Amino acid sequence: MGKNHKKLLNNLKKLRKTAGLTQQELSVNAEVSRKSINAIENGIYVPSTVLALKISRTLDCKVEDIFELPD
Amino acid sequence: MKEKRRKHLLNLGLWTWSWVATLAIATFGPQLIWDDHTLLTTIAIVTNLANGVLMIMANRKLFNHFDELERKIHLESMALTLGLAVIVGLTYSLLDQTNLIPYDAEIGTLVGFIGVTYIITLLVNRIKYR
Repeated sequence: MGKNHKKLLNNLKKLRKTAGLTQQELSVNAEVSRKSINAIENGIYVPSTVLALKISRTLDCKVEDIFELPD
Repeated sequence: MKEKRRKHLLNLGLWTWSWVATLAIATFGPQLIWDDHTLLTTIAIVTNLANGVLMIMANRKLFNHFDELERKIHLESMALTLGLAVIVGLTYSLLDQTNLIPYDAEIGTLVGFIGVTYIITLLVNRIKYR
């Protein structure tokens, strides 16, 4: 897990790097700004369901692989 | 995406400029240009109002073009600005009514306060979500 929001843990940075994508490339594919991707990776911002689904589709994985609720 | 944003920004810039220009005409025109002609003054004020509505619509288009993080940043800034404008505006009005300030409370001062507050809260939120 990367840097995490108190309400949502995320693995985005690791999975993005595994997919060989830069933040810029991921942001273009997910149709958001690079700042949004950066804020999600750093646990500053919790994305909407639509954005989470777009990111998971771009990274070809399940939403649950990227995000998970804290215990 | 950037091309569309540029288009929306340009559109908003043009309507803002147009609104400011018509506001200036409606403010100074009656005394300096058409010598208090009622019909011309009415036309100038209505034109300014219409320009204001079109400016708001251009702003809405730009806002809807923002991605969700940008929208959140702007919404938080607007919420803070609105709250502060109501509180500070009413306090300012009370100060005038109770003669605790030696001058009249002008709406222009409040508009200026709203502008400055929005810019500051926007900057703070942009740093917060960086």
